[in-house]
Amino acid sequence: MTTGLGTPDRPLRVAIIGAGPTGFYTADHLLRAPRVVEVDMFDRLPTPYGLVRLGVAPDHQKIKFVTNVFDKVAANPRFRFFGGVEFGKDVTLADLKAHYHQIVYCTGAQTDRRMGIPGEDLSGSHPATEFVAWYNGHPDYRHCTFDLTQERVAVIGVGNVAVDVVRILCRTPEELATTDIADYALEALRKSRVKEVYLLGRRGPAQAAFTNPEVKELGELADADVTARPDEVELDPLSRAAVERSGDRASQKKVEILKEYARRQPTGKSRLLTLRFLVSPVELIGDENGGVAALKLVRNELYATSTGALQARATGHVETLPAGLVFRSVGYRGVPLSGVPFNESWGVILNDKGRVLDSDTKQPIVGEYAAGWIKRGPTGVIGTNKPDAAETVECMLEDLVGGAVLEPAHPEAAAAEALVRQRQPNFFSYADWHKLDAIETERGRAQGRPRVKLTSIDEMLAALGR
Amino acid sequence: MNIANILARKGSVAVTVRPEQSIREALALLDRHNIGALIAVDGESPVGILSERDIVREAARNEKFFMRLVADLMTRDVITGQPHDDLLSVAHTMTERRIRHLPVIDKGRLIGMVSIGDIVKAQRDHYQGEVDTLQTQLLAGERRPAH
Repeated sequence: MTTGLGTPDRPLRVAIIGAGPTGFYTADHLLRAPRVVEVDMFDRLPTPYGLVRLGVAPDHQKIKFVTNVFDKVAANPRFRFFGGVEFGKDVTLADLKAHYHQIVYCTGAQTDRRMGIPGEDLSGSHPATEFVAWYNGHPDYRHCTFDLTQERVAVIGVGNVAVDVVRILCRTPEELATTDIADYALEALRKSRVKEVYLLGRRGPAQAAFTNPEVKELGELADADVTARPDEVELDPLSRAAVERSGDRASQKKVEILKEYARRQPTGKSRLLTLRFLVSPVELIGDENGGVAALKLVRNELYATSTGALQARATGHVETLPAGLVFRSVGYRGVPLSGVPFNESWGVILNDKGRVLDSDTKQPIVGEYAAGWIKRGPTGVIGTNKPDAAETVECMLEDLVGGAVLEPAHPEAAAAEALVRQRQPNFFSYADWHKLDAIETERGRAQGRPRVKLTSIDEMLAALGR
Repeated sequence: MNIANILARKGSVAVTVRPEQSIREALALLDRHNIGALIAVDGESPVGILSERDIVREAARNEKFFMRLVADLMTRDVITGQPHDDLLSVAHTMTERRIRHLPVIDKGRLIGMVSIGDIVKAQRDHYQGEVDTLQTQLLAGERRPAH
């Protein structure tokens, strides 16, 4: 019976899986709904904020201010956080169905797309996300190692993640020392011998996904010169026509910035960053020890598809770019969750506007929803997940009114907490997070940094006196 | 953002009809799925698109339009999209050429359809997201010094 559900006597109980921006936006929309909703947010990590803590670059603190918004959501008495509790391991789908009326998956896009070229798995070739998670102090990646004795590094892709990676590689230890980069990463980067960094784009400058503030920042690095090739930043006729007819000032500006870089002469800074366009790696070439030594690049040209979109295709022109360390950032995919239908084509949970669909019937599964990157794929900025989450919550409330909700055997908040305590006695509450946050911030203050991160779960437990 | 991001959150693939089916059957499909266009397929390959416009045009001059066949009214010269086409280009082409529905083809196979409404919504969400993100940073920046 769903009559009276969503009232003070019988609140609608919702489990959110994933404590990233989408999880918080979903919680926010639910807690503002004209029904009484109680939200329990689960994350496999002890700390909240997802990629805001573990993806956003340490030298981009302003972007992290959005956590103020998330903290306000978490302050609602109808919100609880169960950190360090993994879906599919500590709590199963069946467990959640026994305790909640609705379940929302907000697990993001946790893995990278592969390039599918020979040599991709040579040592020294890494997904960019691994490097990002490492320098941001992600507990699962703190033991990764990257060979920073290499002098030449290539980063494949021209999205903001790729730009973050080249920027971190080009920053001086002094620049990094004022950020909240993980301590071990700061130490490793202090010893870096990287001299030349290449950013490789498959298409032209007008199609590059990076945004203008990010690309501008590359021209203002303390001890790295930036350059580009005049012939590669000059727009081809198709791109020029597309930029002109779109009237998009941002893409015009982007091309201007890049042209200015192409005119720059190196000023003798310690590092040189080269932005390349219209090239795709077709093979990573190894040395005698199985390490990457060079990239075989093919030059691309652009063609217009029937909708006028510009895509790249290879020409016959091939070149070799020596590099001993390679990071790929050519797209991201969601990871399937145990027992939840998955759409392999797009790397997302099979869904319609956020309602999870049955793989066979393609009809909504009662009580299960998706929001954010695991729903639409990795696109947009942090805030794009807010309207996305709103669409999912609209479906959830519609289904509540229509009576299409789960009928859990134990819909009490206390029962859910008892389950968590039994399965993961060392779970982290939001109050625990506030304590960890205060400790990190305090440690940072002493060094003139926004925070010094705790990067292992043992360290966090110890800090809480457990 | 590209077409794939729109298809990812649209559970259903495109609704199809065969060219030899009647307009009556086509209307039933439009109604049942609450959509504005059907893709006419011969086997797996699309051979045309039938929109509510095509039907309205015929209904205005032919009382017996129900009995006509999809093949008689459909548009055969169909513009199609690919999953990685960017939304800015797609929106421009659809607006310029007055197309409301775009079948999406991947490796020769029909994998879905996007409507101009889908694209407008995706763009609106995109801009809303950017505005929200900038606002959050500006408001926070006023309270706390930037590091």
